[in-house]
Amino acid sequence: MIVLHIQKKLQSADGTMLLDLNLKIKKGQLVTLYGASGAGKTSTLRMFSGLLPPEKGNITVNKVTWFNSDKKINLKPQLRKIGYVFQDYALFPHMSVKQNLEFALQKNQPKDIIQELLTIMELDKLQNRKPDTLSGGQKQRVALARALVQKPEILLLDEPLSALDTEIRIKLQNYILRVHKKYHLTTILISHDIGEIYKLSDWVFVFQNGIIAQEGKPSEVFTDKKLSGKFKFKGEVLAIEKDDVVYIVSVLIFNEIVKVIAQESEIKNLSPGDTVLVASKAFNPIILKVE
Amino acid sequence: MNWEPLLLTFKLAFITTLLLLLISIPLCYWLAYTKSRVKPIVETLVSMPLVLPPTVLGFYFLVVFSPNNALGNWLDTVIGIKLLFSFPGLVIASILYSLPFMVHPIQSGLAGIPHSLKEAAYVMGKSKLATLLHILLPNIKPSLLTGIVLSFAHTIGEFGVVLMIGGNIPGETKVASIAIYDEVEALNYSAANFYSLVLFAITFCILLMVYLINGGYLKKSVK
Repeated sequence: MIVLHIQKKLQSADGTMLLDLNLKIKKGQLVTLYGASGAGKTSTLRMFSGLLPPEKGNITVNKVTWFNSDKKINLKPQLRKIGYVFQDYALFPHMSVKQNLEFALQKNQPKDIIQELLTIMELDKLQNRKPDTLSGGQKQRVALARALVQKPEILLLDEPLSALDTEIRIKLQNYILRVHKKYHLTTILISHDIGEIYKLSDWVFVFQNGIIAQEGKPSEVFTDKKLSGKFKFKGEVLAIEKDDVVYIVSVLIFNEIVKVIAQESEIKNLSPGDTVLVASKAFNPIILKVE
Repeated sequence: MNWEPLLLTFKLAFITTLLLLLISIPLCYWLAYTKSRVKPIVETLVSMPLVLPPTVLGFYFLVVFSPNNALGNWLDTVIGIKLLFSFPGLVIASILYSLPFMVHPIQSGLAGIPHSLKEAAYVMGKSKLATLLHILLPNIKPSLLTGIVLSFAHTIGEFGVVLMIGGNIPGETKVASIAIYDEVEALNYSAANFYSLVLFAITFCILLMVYLINGGYLKKSVK
């Protein structure tokens, strides 16, 4: 059980913000911190790992105190035994993949974990390459493998997949799930991707302006608003053409041209250049004029 | 030809550079990561030799370490070191004089390393010293090389400070730059030319090496 009860003033773009957290994470869970940029998610991971000192509060992990402002306890990051995957991967550029992993070995730790992780993460063929010759997804795998070398009980992932394209993302999500289960980890993940959170996590904390606005299972937290099954986009009417009894309206949405079928009554007020809202309810898209 | 001034010059440059490197690494580590308010003052002091005439440095050195002074007297009688008109004194003055040439490249090298590299090593349980030796320093090799070579070359080229506090003692403080001045004064142009030419050639080669290595020209030909 992890208990995090901390306060810290953070400097953000809009002045100072008070990060005031109180969260409990069960052992073996995979939890996600979700929220807008600057809501304090990364700072939370940094305080948890000892890289940033909180101002007040306490952090307890499995009944061991890591931080307590009243008792002036602040365990060094070196002693917290945490696996941390940084947003920029933080691979050591002068070391090969294998050397990066070996550097993470603890004193007198047997070396066999290196080969095991290289195999699990499918890095065997890349083990002698330097980080700057790897693709984003490969770097990510190295960072994940390296974080696991010291056999941590807790794994922290700071937006590990945000810079990767969808296909590699899905692959890496599977890697994360695999190691989470295999090594019985408690994993804390920062993510912006609702699909990813759904797939990976048991519990989600929604950060808003430095506090936890909501927490729960992903299905509970997101079902109300964000995954309503309805979608709507704003766009610009490019052309309206008559086709038999219906009209075809071409709408530019972001960089895509979408053709929408409309009745005569619907296009009455429309002309090219208008901004419209294209919304879909199940299989029946309707078109509404905005301006 | 008398090689002694040249050998003395390189001995001075070598010892100065070595000591300077040992001093500068901890100093730069502190400068690169500290949030102390004293930092701008320390930075200013480090950079002073860039703009100050060497004679100013030499003058205060003379004043402070003079045996007529408390400190100079103490060093002389208790420790038994004479810093004026002696080789150890030259080394100390050279260290001060070349300090910015070593500190600036290393400091900016360290400041340019993403913080996450250091932090990644910390969460792996590595101490600050291990992180410095295995992660930070190997990643600023070009800066270290620049610092080493510039300090070395700058010490070879020093004249004013040596003239003020070293004097002209053969084998002890008569370095090449002083010897050139001396020979010119004595209208012995061929000897002056010999020293000058050697200094010119060597400093050219040293600086060329830096630009070749840091510019990656040597790497390409290896591939």
